[in-house]
Amino acid sequence: MATDLPPGMVLLDFIRYQQHLVGTKIGCREGDCGACTILTGELNNDELQYHTVTSCLMPIGNAAGKHIVTIEGINHKEGLNPIQQAMADAGATQCGFCTPGFVMSLAGFCLDDKPATKENAIASIDGNICRCTGYKSIEKAAVDIVEKLKDKKEAIPFVTEQKILPEYFSGIKERLQRLRESINADTLKDVAGIKETPHFVGGGTDLYVQKHDEMKDATIRFLLHQPELNGIAKEDNKCIIGPSATVSDLLHSAIIHEAFPDFHRYAKLVSSTPIRNMATIAGNFINASPIGDFTIFFLALDAQISLTPNPSPGERGKRTLPLRKLYKGYKQLDKTPEEHIDKIWFELPGKNTLFHFEKVSKRTHLDIASVNSAIHLKMNGDVIDDAGISAGGVGPVPLYLQKTSEFLKGKKISEEIIHETIKTAQTEISPISDARGSKEYKRLLLRQLIKAHFLKLFPGILAESVLG
Amino acid sequence: MKNIDSYTHVRGESVYLDDIPVVNGTLYAAVFDSPVAHGKIKSLDIREAAAMHGVVKIFTAKDVPGDNQIGGIIPDEELLASTHVHFCGMPIALVVAETDEAARVALKKIKVVIESLPVITDPREAKEKGELIIPSRTFQIGDTINAWHQCEYVFEGRADTNGQEHLYIETQGAYSLPQENSAIRIYSSTQGPTAVQRTTARVLNIPMHQVEVDTTRLGGGFGGKEDQATTWGVMCALATYHLKKPVKYSLQRMEDMRMTGKRHPYSSDFKIGLNKDLKIVAYEATFYQNAGAAADLSPAVMERTLFHCTNSYFVPNVKATAYSCRTNLPPNTAFRGFGGPQGMFVIEAAIAKAADALGISASVIQQKNLLQTGDEFPYGQKAESEANECWDKAVELYDLEKLQKEISDFNHSNKQYKKGMALMPICFGISFTKTMMNQARALVHVYTDGSVGVSTGAVEMGQGVNTKMLQVATNIFSIDPAKVKINSTNTYRIANTSPSAASATADLNGKATEIACKEILKRLKKVAAEEFKTSEENIDLKDEWVYANGEKTMWEWKRLVFETYFRRISLSEHGHYTPPDIHYDLKKEKGHPFAYHVYGTVIITVTIDCLRGIYEFDSVKVVHDFGNSMNTIIDIGQCEGGIVQGIGWMTMEEIVYDKEGKLLSNALSTYKVPDIYSVPKEIDIHFLATQKDNLAIFRSKAVGEPPLLYGIGAYFALRNAVKAFNPSADIPYDAPMTPEKVLMSLYHPFKK
Ligand SMILES: Cc1cc2nc3c(=O)[nH]c(=O)nc-3n(C[C@H](O)[C@H](O)[C@H](O)COP(=O)(O)OP(=O)(O)OC[C@H]3O[C@@H](n4cnc5c(N)ncnc54)[C@H](O)[C@@H]3O)c2cc1C
Ligand code: FES
Ligand code: FES
Repeated sequence: MATDLPPGMVLLDFIRYQQHLVGTKIGCREGDCGACTILTGELNNDELQYHTVTSCLMPIGNAAGKHIVTIEGINHKEGLNPIQQAMADAGATQCGFCTPGFVMSLAGFCLDDKPATKENAIASIDGNICRCTGYKSIEKAAVDIVEKLKDKKEAIPFVTEQKILPEYFSGIKERLQRLRESINADTLKDVAGIKETPHFVGGGTDLYVQKHDEMKDATIRFLLHQPELNGIAKEDNKCIIGPSATVSDLLHSAIIHEAFPDFHRYAKLVSSTPIRNMATIAGNFINASPIGDFTIFFLALDAQISLTPNPSPGERGKRTLPLRKLYKGYKQLDKTPEEHIDKIWFELPGKNTLFHFEKVSKRTHLDIASVNSAIHLKMNGDVIDDAGISAGGVGPVPLYLQKTSEFLKGKKISEEIIHETIKTAQTEISPISDARGSKEYKRLLLRQLIKAHFLKLFPGILAESVLG
Repeated sequence: MKNIDSYTHVRGESVYLDDIPVVNGTLYAAVFDSPVAHGKIKSLDIREAAAMHGVVKIFTAKDVPGDNQIGGIIPDEELLASTHVHFCGMPIALVVAETDEAARVALKKIKVVIESLPVITDPREAKEKGELIIPSRTFQIGDTINAWHQCEYVFEGRADTNGQEHLYIETQGAYSLPQENSAIRIYSSTQGPTAVQRTTARVLNIPMHQVEVDTTRLGGGFGGKEDQATTWGVMCALATYHLKKPVKYSLQRMEDMRMTGKRHPYSSDFKIGLNKDLKIVAYEATFYQNAGAAADLSPAVMERTLFHCTNSYFVPNVKATAYSCRTNLPPNTAFRGFGGPQGMFVIEAAIAKAADALGISASVIQQKNLLQTGDEFPYGQKAESEANECWDKAVELYDLEKLQKEISDFNHSNKQYKKGMALMPICFGISFTKTMMNQARALVHVYTDGSVGVSTGAVEMGQGVNTKMLQVATNIFSIDPAKVKINSTNTYRIANTSPSAASATADLNGKATEIACKEILKRLKKVAAEEFKTSEENIDLKDEWVYANGEKTMWEWKRLVFETYFRRISLSEHGHYTPPDIHYDLKKEKGHPFAYHVYGTVIITVTIDCLRGIYEFDSVKVVHDFGNSMNTIIDIGQCEGGIVQGIGWMTMEEIVYDKEGKLLSNALSTYKVPDIYSVPKEIDIHFLATQKDNLAIFRSKAVGEPPLLYGIGAYFALRNAVKAFNPSADIPYDAPMTPEKVLMSLYHPFKK
């Protein structure tokens, strides 16, 4: 469908108040409850892929060319589909307000190419909050659905044949192909003649939380689907990341997986499936939260960014900057409002490189860190050749711990060195007390996370002695 | 039987407040609330806001035609602040505009100048300054003063519990529509339609019969919409009254969190004395309830704290005093458990303190003091106890000894991870403690085609009450569930209802439904008896057929209904129920306030990661006294949901106000409730099925609130795990036990 409504309006409002499809619920408008979960289908190299997203944070502008599916779109004319039946049978719905969101997330799971395991089924509902059931019944429903998918090979034919989802899903790929040809490639590019500096929008998961009211009628440049800002590639020993790559893109990248075998464990600690499907890496950097997880991650790797002014004057106006130089003060950046990130890169870890990321928050999943930290060590035998360590939540900006990193160079790991590392780190931080913890807690927690880094990277160290 | 709403729930077709199709010309409301916690309004300037595009009208206290008063128990809370504000988030003005967006834009243009007055957030400070909502109350049995001599061991201490945000996923809201002759219909997401009706009538100075309140269902309530849904209904009605237009207000999450009250935080002192056999001889407690800025339901909540101050234990000498302390926080309100959990936490802390000092497991003291049938509660009622049955069954079924050994072995062989376990027996009284509120009515119509419509005063909010009402009707008439429809809760159909609360909704309304159905059944049988020339006792209805003298007749249900109608006999009945034997003497603080008690025991096990201070609950094993459960799916759901909500309260749910009374945990990003990964890996629920007679509907005991109490065990399990790592940790009894508190106590004292 086409609409003249402002592209900055969130899909949730469009769905509920323009289309009057009220099965999609509102619980928070902050991406934190999942009641508004919908599916988006898009063509990726001619493959039709579906993702769950929270419609409260997704601007209409990011929906162009996609198949948008609400709960109404997965209902059979009559009766329940197997997902719904499983939920009903398990008693997984009480007040029912969260339920459409859960059903949509599970529909997303059915459409995913990941193996249909219980673990993946539960992971698919990691962004849905239910205040009534205590989740056990929902878990039961999820297991039931996994059972129904055990013969799944290709998702879309399977779910339509098995009548899990309506038959029309099988024709969507073709319809999207036709749609792609028909929409003007420039529809969402800058509207000519605009004088104001546009808001850059990536996934919108930060902007629509912070500045919800302003965004609807704002002048926006949508960056999410610009091809030149996407992709994850390897060039020599460098990894080049498009600023609009989402966390989920990273999760699916073989390059990232090879470089960081534990990446999926780290990513599991960051937001939720629907948020990860939207959240971009550049958005995380520019958001400039002192506890941005990917900022902390890439700081330890000493990632570099390239900035382009707007409108782009070509290569001339570009400049590059180490990520750690971007942050000048609380939410203050070495970046003009006209500039946007066009590229991110870092040196890929070699054979002798060790890397680890730690995060602790009040709730382990779908929560912002109290403190997070990443460490990156280049080893020469048992000597540290080069080191980078970062920490979030312990200062006004995401911190690259310069002195601590320096200190580690040339050292051999021992209990004493760990002790000294912690001491040095404590001199570089200045945590404050807030809703995520007291400053004393954050100091203690950083100490613990540094210990955790070493315990993880040097399994020979005895937990006994380090735990103290 | 599954929740009868499941079908529409899973298809996204169930209708909640914000889903009601809006009528043409509907206006949208938004509240301008106080930015400071206490002060005098010097000036309020709405001119710029009122002149904005799309704004229709801005209402202030001056526009209230009746009594500007929403306080239910005590009239101490203005709908719109007139001269003073008493908490951050107190409504000052109501903007009504053509769109929701225009209303919210206008809010930002309202200017208020408030002269700040001193802010109190701590209940003990409020008590010191004499800021009490009602005079203190004391429950007493025996004589504590003389009992201390008989004690071998005496321990004193302090215990604190924080509040809890309800976080119903559907926020508060209302939609009011003008009717002819100045009547108003209000759709309200409320647990108490009558409260909305009564308060609207009072504020608008119109008779109650002019106000129709209708509630189909709520997207969660948990007590948060018992009293505090009223505000929004009245606000919309006020605008409709003046403008003669439909007015809707569906709160945004941050407005909801900021403007509404929560579970009461409590700070308490305790003193416990045991004899050498570890029998609790004496117990004293002083409770400082943080009521917030107005009474709301605080006096009733405080009362339940006193009723449950000895939990599941018999203590011969008790003196418990409670103060309801006025602070400058949003008025705190009902929340599943209603003050009971706060009272129980304190005696559990006292027992834990004694156990620590004596070097024994708290379970030893708990077990020795469980209530026996016939034991007297401090308020005079005698227990019909299942406490020992539940405890013993749990110990045996879940093999406590083996669990204890596994944990101690694990802790011996692990440094980084430690396990902790706790038992928690519970006892919860069922009934509104205000005796008068224990009444309910149901209206049952049998239509000529044999279908049945049931209306009651019960509000469906996920607890499955409509399903249970339907079971009552289908059971009595012996008809197919598809023949029965449970209608919305509506003050024109059922009048003067008590709110859906106190876990008693299914009991009270179920019994009223039972009475109405049985009355109709009697008439039906009489008709059949005449037809088949026998007596009424020899008529049976089974699976929609009439049986006479045990033999199937030619009449099926529909025929019977029609024949009854044909004979001009009423097929409708309005049933009224009030439980027998309930009384309470406020002067003596003695009586028989509860229809019955619900018992249970839980064993909770947790593992903490001592490196990071985070934790996971391994298992929650319960033996719960359901009586004779009439719906096991729903009752298990209530149990699991209550347990997880209780664990949330004790672990990650942390309400943070700053010293100026501003809520810092004001969104889902800063206030965390359990997600799917934080729930216990295993929840086992064993039904202690008892056939004893009780006052519950179909002998199926109330199940809404009691399971939340199991969550208290989570706090003590965590404490025990911390102690396994750091035996000298000095851990204050201060819930919730967040990862922060865990880590700080693991490494107490911490030097950088
Ligand atoms: C429920 C929820 C949970 C979350 N959990 C976490 C978490 O666990 N950890 C965490 O780190 N974050 C979390 N976030 C924050 C957010 O998801 C991330 O910061 C995300 O990476 C932001 O990316 P985005 O594309 O959505 O940003 P957007 O909202 O689109 O943009 C954020 C900022 O970046 C700017 N921007 C975007 N792209 C560019 C570019 N190429 N060049 C210049 N400026 C640009 C925008 O103008 C804006 O100022 C969470 C958010 C939500 C809603
Ligand atoms: S409304 Fe809560 S995630 Fe969108
Ligand atoms: S069923 Fe009520 S929030 Fe999930």
